[in-house]
Parts: sequence; C-alpha cells; structure tokens
Amino acid sequence: MQSSRDGVPLTRRQFVAAGAMGGAALAVGCAGTKQGNWDFLNDPQARTLAAICDQIIPADDFPSASQAGVLTYIDRQLARHYRRHRNAYRDGLEQADAMSRKRFGQDLAALTVPQQLEMVSSIEKENSGFFNLVRSHTLEGYYGAPRHGGNRDAVSWKMLGMAEPPVRGRAQYDQRKSPAS
Amino acid sequence: MKRVNAVVVGAGAAGGIVAKELSTAGLSVVLLERGKWYTANDCRKDDLRNQRTTLLGNAFGPEDEGNPRVVFDPKSGPRTFLPSEGGYQNNAACVGGGTLSYGAMAWRFMPQDFRMRSIYGAPQGSSLEDWPITYDDLEPFYDKAEYEIGISGDYSGSPFFGPRKRPLPMPPLAPNREFQILEPAAKRLGLHPFHIPMARNSVPYNGRGPCMRCRWCVGFACEADAKNGSQNTVIPTALATGNCELRTECMAKEILTDDRGRARGVAYYDADGHLQQQDSDIVIVSACAIESARLMLNSKSRLFPNGLGNQHDQVGRHLQGHHYTGAVGFFDFDTYDDVGPGASIAVADYNHGTPGLCGGGALCNEFIRLPIQMIERMPVNTPRWGLKHKQAMRNFYKRNIAVMGPTQPIPSADARVTLDPDVRDKWGMPVARISGNVHPHTFEIGVIQAQRSEAWLKEAGAVSTLLNAGKPTIVSSGQHQAGTCRMGNDPQGSVVSKACQVHDVDNVFVIDGSVHVTNGGFNPALTIMAIAYMASEELVRNWKGTGFKS
Ligand SMILES: Cc1cc2nc3c(=O)[nH]c(=O)nc-3n(C[C@H](O)[C@H](O)[C@H](O)COP(=O)(O)OP(=O)(O)OC[C@H]3O[C@@H](n4cnc5c(N)ncnc54)[C@H](O)[C@@H]3O)c2cc1C
Ligand code: SF4
Repeated sequence: MQSSRDGVPLTRRQFVAAGAMGGAALAVGCAGTKQGNWDFLNDPQARTLAAICDQIIPADDFPSASQAGVLTYIDRQLARHYRRHRNAYRDGLEQADAMSRKRFGQDLAALTVPQQLEMVSSIEKENSGFFNLVRSHTLEGYYGAPRHGGNRDAVSWKMLGMAEPPVRGRAQYDQRKSPAS
Repeated sequence: MKRVNAVVVGAGAAGGIVAKELSTAGLSVVLLERGKWYTANDCRKDDLRNQRTTLLGNAFGPEDEGNPRVVFDPKSGPRTFLPSEGGYQNNAACVGGGTLSYGAMAWRFMPQDFRMRSIYGAPQGSSLEDWPITYDDLEPFYDKAEYEIGISGDYSGSPFFGPRKRPLPMPPLAPNREFQILEPAAKRLGLHPFHIPMARNSVPYNGRGPCMRCRWCVGFACEADAKNGSQNTVIPTALATGNCELRTECMAKEILTDDRGRARGVAYYDADGHLQQQDSDIVIVSACAIESARLMLNSKSRLFPNGLGNQHDQVGRHLQGHHYTGAVGFFDFDTYDDVGPGASIAVADYNHGTPGLCGGGALCNEFIRLPIQMIERMPVNTPRWGLKHKQAMRNFYKRNIAVMGPTQPIPSADARVTLDPDVRDKWGMPVARISGNVHPHTFEIGVIQAQRSEAWLKEAGAVSTLLNAGKPTIVSSGQHQAGTCRMGNDPQGSVVSKACQVHDVDNVFVIDGSVHVTNGGFNPALTIMAIAYMASEELVRNWKGTGFKS
C-alpha cells in the first residue's frame, strides 16, 4: 500500500477526479497531472464514474462522493475484493458514455450538472444492475471506514454529527490506517 | 498421533464448553477448529469488513476463497454463494465461533418454548415438536452458563420467564438514551420492559474489566475483552488443565467408523492441507447447525451409506434460525447517543399467549448503528440516492430507533441441509446445500410483531415509521441456525437422545444448536451453552476410563 494515499489531503488520483467535476470541484492545490495512476480504472473511466457518483452523493456544505475519495475506494476494491465486478464496471461505464453521446453528443463527464442528473436517472432505469452496484459502492465508500480510501478525514461521520475521533478508548483503532489484511 | 479420549469438532459456543468440561474431568481432548484464533487487534473496527457487515469479507471466517455453499431458492434455482454474501447464511469460523463477535444477548428460553407442540398443536405441514427435556431440566445449566461465561442484565422487570435460583451475576449496564425513551412508553402500553441479559461485563468479572461502551460492538471482537465468549472463558480454562490440545486451521473431513459401527476418530485437513487422522474413544460434533449436519452427512461408510446418524433421513432437517421483523421510528429529537453496545431494552410480553398465534418472540431495540447500516433505513418515500438521500442521512441518523425481534420459527421438515451433488470446497468435500422454508405461519406472526414494534415506537413519540416484515422464500438460518440434528426420544424422528448422543452410534455426540427442537423467540447462544453444560455433565457421569459404563 502506498503511504501517500493515507492521510495526505488530496492524492493525485483524487485530484483527477475532483478536476472532472467542473463547477462543483473543491479548490485544491496542484498535485501534478500524471495519468493512469489508478489500480484498475483508466482516466476516462474515472471521469465518467465520478460524474455518476457525484449524482448519487452530490456536494452541499459537505463534499460530494468523489471529493470524499469514493473513486479511490471503488478503484482499490476493483483491484481487490470486488474483482468480480470488473466487467460490470467496464461495460457499464462504456454504455453510460454511449447513452450520453447519443442523447447529448458528449461523454457524461462533459455534460452540465442537470444533464448528468437526467442521464444518471436513465441509467438507473435502463441499466439497473450496473446502477445499483455503483450506488452501493458509492454509499459504502462515503459512509464506510476511511481506511479504505473513501470517507476522507471521516467527513461523512462528521456530517452525521458523530464524535470524531471517537470517544475514549477507541483512538487506538486509527481509522485512517490500512487494514492488516 | 497419540490416541485421545475425545475429539471435539468446532471451538465455538458449545465446543468450547464441552472441551472445558471434559478436560477438567480428566479426559484427554483434542479440539479441532477450522478457523484461526483472532484478537481484537486483528479485526480493527472496520465498518465494511466485520462479522455483521461483510461487504469486504468476513472478519472472522470463513474466507471467501474455497468455501462455497449452495442455496436452492425456488424463485431462482440453485445458486452458489460466497461466505461473505448474505445468502450463504454464515455464522463464523474462528476460535470462539460466533461468540467472538456476537452481539452477546444471552437469553433463557421460556418454559413454554420447550413444549410448543403440547401448547399449540402442530400447524399442518409443520414439524413442531416438544423437546424431550423441560425448562426445569435445563435451569441448573442456564445458571452455570450465566455464572461461568458471565452475564449482565436484569430480568426482574418481566414476569414471563421461568423460575430461577438466583439473579444474574452482574447488574445491567447503565441505560442508554434509547432505553430511557422506550421504557416509559412500554409501561404506558402496559408492557413489562427489562434490561436485556448480555454476555458482557458491566463490572469487572472473571479477571477482566467492564465494557467501555464503544461504537463497534456487534460483529466485532472486543478490544476491552469485556464481551464474554468461549474464547476468553472456557477455552483458556480447558487449555490450562493440560488435558486439552487446540488445533486451529484444522478442518474435519469425516468421522471415521470401524466395522462394528462405532466411531474410531476423525480425519481432518491440517493448516497445510495435509490429511491427518486423530484416533479417539468418542467424537463430539459442535460445528454449528449447518456444518455439523454436513459433517455427519459427509461421514459415509459401508455401514452408514447415507451418513452418520442418518438411518431415518433426519440429519439436516428442521433447519431453522429466526425470522426477524420490526419497525424503525423516526423522531424529531435526537434519540441516539453513540454509547455501545446499543441494544438495551426488551419486552417479552409477546412471546406467548396471543390467541390464534403459535407463539411470538421478544422485541428489543437494535444494536449501535454504523452509518453504513442506515443507508436503507429511511423514512418511506425517501429517494434512494441524490441530495435528498444525503440530507435524510443527516436528518435522521441520530433521530431514529429500530425495534425488532426474532419470531420463534415454526419448523418444517423440508427446510434442510443436504450435500450438494456438484459443488465442492477447496479440500474437495461436497458442500452444504440449503433448501426449503419454515412453516408460513411464522411469517404471519412476524407481521404482527412488526406492528407491535411500530405501536411501541409511536407511543415513544415517533413521527413516522417504517415497517420491516418480509416473507422470505427460503429458510433464514444464518447466525441463529439450529435444528439439523434434532434431539428426541424417538430414534425415527430425531438424531440424538436428550443426552445429545447419536441414536445409532453411541460414541458420537452432537452438541450445539443442531439439537434444538425449536429455537425459541430469543437469540439462541445461551441455550446452546446450557445444553453443552448439561450434555457434558451426563457424558462425564457415564465415563469410565476409555468408554462408557454399561
Ligand atoms: C455478528 C453476530 C451476532 C450474533 N449475536 C448474537 C446474540 O446477540 N445472541 C445470541 O444468542 N447469538 C448471537 N449470535 C449467534 C451465536 O454466535 C451462535 O448462536 C453460536 O455461536 C452458535 O454456537 P455453536 O456452538 O452452535 O456454533 P459456533 O459458535 O459457530 O461454533 C462452531 C465452530 O465450529 C467450527 N467448524 C465448523 N465446521 C468445522 C469443521 N468441519 N472442522 C473444524 N471446525 C469446524 C467453526 O469454524 C466454528 O468456529 C450472533 C452471531 C454473529 C455472527
Ligand atoms: S460495546 Fe463494550 S462489549 Fe461491545 S465491543 Fe465495545 S467495549 Fe466491548
């Protein structure tokens, strides 16, 4: 496990994802633009996925899915526990862009936010298997343990009003470190 | 390998107790456990990978690799499941079995729970039966389990339980906020709320400290070692006698028999995958209901072509667990205080005595909630995703209470474990195949239990509620699996005697949830433990050197 992924405010891969979010992106420092720094995804796939994830959990006064590291979560698991879902992601993302080009003449990530919302609603209806997979993984990444790459700085837990770091006796289980296994 | 008196298969709730009781009585014991001996440091409170939320795998076994099971759902046909998928119906595979990571509710069943057929009559198509033992037979062993394992709580608020000789050894934990909200509401409804009995130190006990009330309890190992399972009570005692050897990562393959039809030991695969044989005078199967049935069925020989104890096609039948139903109430004030273990209050008013219903079950508030467990637990009509979902998470995470309970299942002979004809595990052994369902009356009771939960929540001030009462198409056994090697006096309709001795092989015992005739309206672990104490005592009483007194 690269140590640079843990604890650093925004890694390169997250920068790519955040940069793909157009107007909703957080202001981030320039961390470089090296391509292809994912475990499984390629950059175009990452941009499309970020667009979908950010409709599932959009930004308000708390970060969107991709801003909180959900892409890192999904990408890591596609190289680990969710290897069995790789084909579903490959095909689903390709179809999403194909649908988007057909309706709007552009890839999903290049659309306006209202257009993206319309597209993601269509994906939910027309490709529900893929959509449900992405929905589950997005919610897991956002609300799950930070050590898996999503929920950066326990941001969703803070949003829910949970004490962070947790109360006495719990700090030894540092949620930001990777699992032993 | 040196011959021993007893091989015990499975170091879980029951197996740990049997190993302790036999080894302290002077028998030499080998305890085989397919899983590892974990500590809380191995599990690292991980919301996505523990024994309850298993999205990224089971924290305490089995591993996804090489341990499949097949489930035959009439809706979709046979399907192979990984251990971390819900359909697999897993409990755990590690030293301590389920008790390393359980929620640790530790109930006594009620006297009526042992006499279900006499009280209600068997609904048509069910296999509802009485136990061959009564509550009074088991009472001394409930008491022993409560004091040796260590249970906190207080039954005194409920008049519905059977007589007991003394109170629980530890007082309940201080009430959390949900308790404080639900208790007066229950009393206004004329119910009798009480503190859930828990295998958890509320005060220092057995040389270990009390619960520090953390956020991650059910599904996790306890870093304070305040949660009491077999791994931190009876198994260390067994090992300290010098008479018991625990072999971890050892998977029992079959019980070996001689040409007179008696068991002579166990064949197993060791941690390196090598086939080993441990000879013994007796064999005790404590592998949890599904795997115990599988091991019996996999133990085929010339004299036992259909597996051990299976002369009358009873092994694997009457599989049951619990049908959980209930409701979530949403409030306009904070109900949640982030103080573990969360579950704290129960009513047992609805377990028996409703005309037209064949039993019922306890209702309790739910364990502490992790955010990931909230994502589907939303007010009716909340969108499944998008800004509204995110805002509902924010609005209701701390403003909801879930009340639910285990409906006592009405067993059916068709709900069963068999061996799958095609699928094998990594050692090449046929895997368990689960099929059938409990009697449908169970689901009618479940709906009423959900409505009762809803009424309690409304009385407590819920502004809206969400009812959870499904009608599964396949038996739901999972963590509460039981019933596959029924205890009974009639050798044709059961697998073991009331001493847990297999009817047709007198030196093989099944001692775990498998022997439950019915599974009560409560989580089963304390009853499994009490039966393990009872059966061990009988076994030791009849023991003479290398066999039984005749
Ligand atoms: C997350 C969770 C929460 C729970 N909460 C509660 C609760 O609050 N209250 C309650 O009463 N119950 C609860 N339970 C259920 C409880 O843990 C079980 O009822 C209990 O552990 C069953 O006891 P057992 O002895 O039958 O089997 P187990 O405790 O499962 O032990 C069986 C052991 O046998 C081993 N084994 C299986 N096959 C083989 C083989 N072939 N060779 C070698 N070893 C083998 C397994 O690895 C396992 O360790 C919970 C369970 C879980 C997982
Ligand atoms: S709530 Fe208590 S018993 Fe449960 S894991 Fe935390 S400290 Fe242990």
